[in-house]
Amino acid sequence: MKAAITVFPGTNRERDMADALERASGTRPTMVWHGERDLSGYDLIVVPGGFSYGDYLRCGAMAGNSPILRAVKEQADRGVTVLGVCNGFQILTETGLLPGVLLRNAGLKFICKMTHIRCEKSAAPFTGKLTQGQVSRVAVAHNEGNYYADDETLDMLEGEGRVVFRYCDDRGNVSDATNLNGSQRNIAGIVNKRGNVLGMMPHPENAIDPMAGGTEGLPIFQSLATAILA
Amino acid sequence: MSLPQVDITPEIVAEHGLTSDEYKTVLDILGRAPNITELGIFSVMWSEHCSYKSSRVWLKTLPTEGPQVIQGPGENAGVVDIGDGDAAVFKIESHNHPSFIEPYQGAATGVGGIMRDVFTMGARPIANLNALRFGEPAHAKTRHLVSGVVAGIGGYGNCMGIPTVGGEVNFDKAYNGNILVNAMTVGLARTDKIFYSKASGIGNPVVYVGSKTGRDGIHGATMASAEFSEDSEEKRPTVQVGDPFTEKLLLEACLELMATDAIVSIQDMGAAGLTSSSVEMADKGGVGIELELDKVPMREEGMTPYELMLSESQERMLMVLKPGREAEAKAIFDKWELDFAVVGTVTDTGNLTLKWYGETAGEIPVAPLVDASPMYERPWEPTPSSPVVKSEDVASSLSAGAALKKLMASPDLCSRRWIWEQYDHLIGGETVQTPGAADSAIVRLPGKSKALAVTVDCTPRYCLADPITGGAQAVAEAWRNITATGAKPLAITNNMNFGNPERPRIMGQFVGAVKGMSAAAKTLDFPVVSGNVSLYNETNGEAILPTPVIGGVGLIEDAANSVGLGLTETGLILILIGETQGHLGRSIYLRDVVGKDEGAPPPVDLTIERRNGDFVRDLISQKLIAACHDLSDGGLAVAVAEMVLAGGIGATLDAAPPGMGITAWLYGEDQARYLVAVKDEKAVLSAAKAAGVPAHRVGISMGRSLTLPGGDTISLEQLAKTHEAPLPSYMAGETWN
Repeated sequence: MKAAITVFPGTNRERDMADALERASGTRPTMVWHGERDLSGYDLIVVPGGFSYGDYLRCGAMAGNSPILRAVKEQADRGVTVLGVCNGFQILTETGLLPGVLLRNAGLKFICKMTHIRCEKSAAPFTGKLTQGQVSRVAVAHNEGNYYADDETLDMLEGEGRVVFRYCDDRGNVSDATNLNGSQRNIAGIVNKRGNVLGMMPHPENAIDPMAGGTEGLPIFQSLATAILA
Repeated sequence: MSLPQVDITPEIVAEHGLTSDEYKTVLDILGRAPNITELGIFSVMWSEHCSYKSSRVWLKTLPTEGPQVIQGPGENAGVVDIGDGDAAVFKIESHNHPSFIEPYQGAATGVGGIMRDVFTMGARPIANLNALRFGEPAHAKTRHLVSGVVAGIGGYGNCMGIPTVGGEVNFDKAYNGNILVNAMTVGLARTDKIFYSKASGIGNPVVYVGSKTGRDGIHGATMASAEFSEDSEEKRPTVQVGDPFTEKLLLEACLELMATDAIVSIQDMGAAGLTSSSVEMADKGGVGIELELDKVPMREEGMTPYELMLSESQERMLMVLKPGREAEAKAIFDKWELDFAVVGTVTDTGNLTLKWYGETAGEIPVAPLVDASPMYERPWEPTPSSPVVKSEDVASSLSAGAALKKLMASPDLCSRRWIWEQYDHLIGGETVQTPGAADSAIVRLPGKSKALAVTVDCTPRYCLADPITGGAQAVAEAWRNITATGAKPLAITNNMNFGNPERPRIMGQFVGAVKGMSAAAKTLDFPVVSGNVSLYNETNGEAILPTPVIGGVGLIEDAANSVGLGLTETGLILILIGETQGHLGRSIYLRDVVGKDEGAPPPVDLTIERRNGDFVRDLISQKLIAACHDLSDGGLAVAVAEMVLAGGIGATLDAAPPGMGITAWLYGEDQARYLVAVKDEKAVLSAAKAAGVPAHRVGISMGRSLTLPGGDTISLEQLAKTHEAPLPSYMAGETWN
């Protein structure tokens, strides 16, 4: 699997992501600096977490308009698998690759904790190794993770089976009490229409190690490895 | 661009915080009157904050050596050998005064400053911690300060991508006018790639990198060297503004350049900015430095040499490069879109020479500027001893269970989840023991099985009653917290927060704390490798509690062998290691349940401390222990409650030993004790007997509730609610009951 991880000034979870992909696929991904304009030749492009360009304008807004994101978009349009996590999700919504926006957390505070997400759809390339309804314990660490889209868009996402993850409790119950950041309909992750671009706020890459965070994030990366190697 | 002319009047000298004797020394050193820029340089270099003039004579008495120590105090941070060519680089530093005036930026730049100290040495930061003290919850400013400080610490550390893994918080009215924000960073370096600040190589270029210089923070160091009064609000312009994004770039750029061999020496610009960095580099190398100040990247037009030398703008570094390596270094800083400017050269004059568009703007001989800096042996009074409180004299109408609920919901003992969930403590994927899970945070080295155990500790109410015992106890508790995870304690960094040292009573607290700390550091082989002093924490003559915070670092060879404090299975036998006298003087029970903050603190016997701790660590390494928690604030009852909450399994405590009152048994704060949960009771008790360590079965893990001697029972759900609710509800605007 040939994977690229985009690195902006201010990106800070690129090593965590590389560790997760390497653990699942056996191959270390390539770090690609934000000035790059050509991303051809990769099977997977990951836009990882952090504070791209300091997130001083609006989270992901500047990165969303950077040259490398034009290259990401080109590859996504050609069907290459693209994963955006946390700041990466924010960036993908800024480019229009995914609908909606990530607002400030409803509690107005940064939240870092282990939380549970429920897989709403088992499908390659991202969730092939998960079953529908499977609960995974993963990390969150964000200040702007409150997913918002208008009702029409939300209905469309639901109707097309594009809501991939929702915040839930350890038994998979989805409720207001398990909605840690105020996201519409507890949405934690969505895909594009074609199904090759996933954006999610939680960090499965911080749940790949039995000693630190557990291993319930690993199936996502194993799904990617399997789908792309197949 | 001509130099501003300012007459040096006695008023101007006084405004710069120099005494008339100190000013006379300035005249002697220069052989003439200083110009305003030179006066400013003397002022900051000789401020308490930079010169340690009140504390130096005592700090020299601290033990700073050991086979594990690579670099002790005197550099940007301490360095300790952790085997296999790896080194732990760490330091703690205060940002108290700025955080009171502007809590978000004050705390944020405190975190930024301490991280810079660590990566200046060539280390990538892997963990941040903080020790915070706020005023009483009812005070009008406390909520605002907590909110701002926590957001500021999180805002900076989260953006930098360094996990904030541990800390401690106290609330006391003594901090109403002077909060304490002490930030610690731990980094990793290779022992053969440590960078120091000593300038060398006559003619070598002196290079400025990072952010541009603005007018922020001018005289921050001087502010930190005086008491507060009513008009402290007016000092807001002296607080710096942080930019964690730029610091993240600076970190990556510096580490990238450090991977080459282009750097001779490097120093971050912290307190007193360009002045202290250039003076320290020149002084350590026994050389001069000439700076062309007009080459310094500036944020705004019209800045003067005075402002450039005194600005405390953040995210800046000064370095000496090998000749001819400028282009290579500049390319790295260009890539990271940071300023890079050759601003001077190393000279053989021994002077700090300042140029401004070709004109000389100042010339000061470096050695006397440093060596003649004032050092005072301030008069001090020992703190009068307090009587020992007899446990039978301690009475409360609350039952043991009601007292426990009260304590678990109290400002000093309630859950800190509201705070640490605002800190990214998971980034890096190496946080093996997260906040609340163990007595120390455990952060593994990337790609390795070994890990560092890190903690910060101090019990100010003990220090107030008896600074010697309190100083020793802070060191002992840090040592114990590292030991309780199974790690071997290596070294400490100290943050000495006190009131006005010109008062003999306050100076006596400082002297006592240093004495206690010295004794503990010696006996526990836990040397001081770095530190920081913050004095004048007073407002209108009211001093803070003496607060000598200890940051401890330990090593565990295999992170998988570390233990947490949670009871995660039923049927574990609870064994109390160490002797219980039932000492209630200065206990949190006496203060928060009975309402009396009095008496002598629990005695600290360092030999016993060492013996008991070495025994516990040995048991952990033999995998005989499932969970371990040291006994500190709130004694046995609070310890077992925390173990129950952390693991989700209840516990039942046995009756108190014969002859011991239940209050003394449950809430006494005798030192050198650990509560361990074990499967093989016999093995542990016989090992204890063989080692001559007191050890007794005190209970068992079971069920979904906590049952105390006498029968009081609290369900896990109720205990969790009692413990978790207070801080979030206080921060949401409720009064603290």
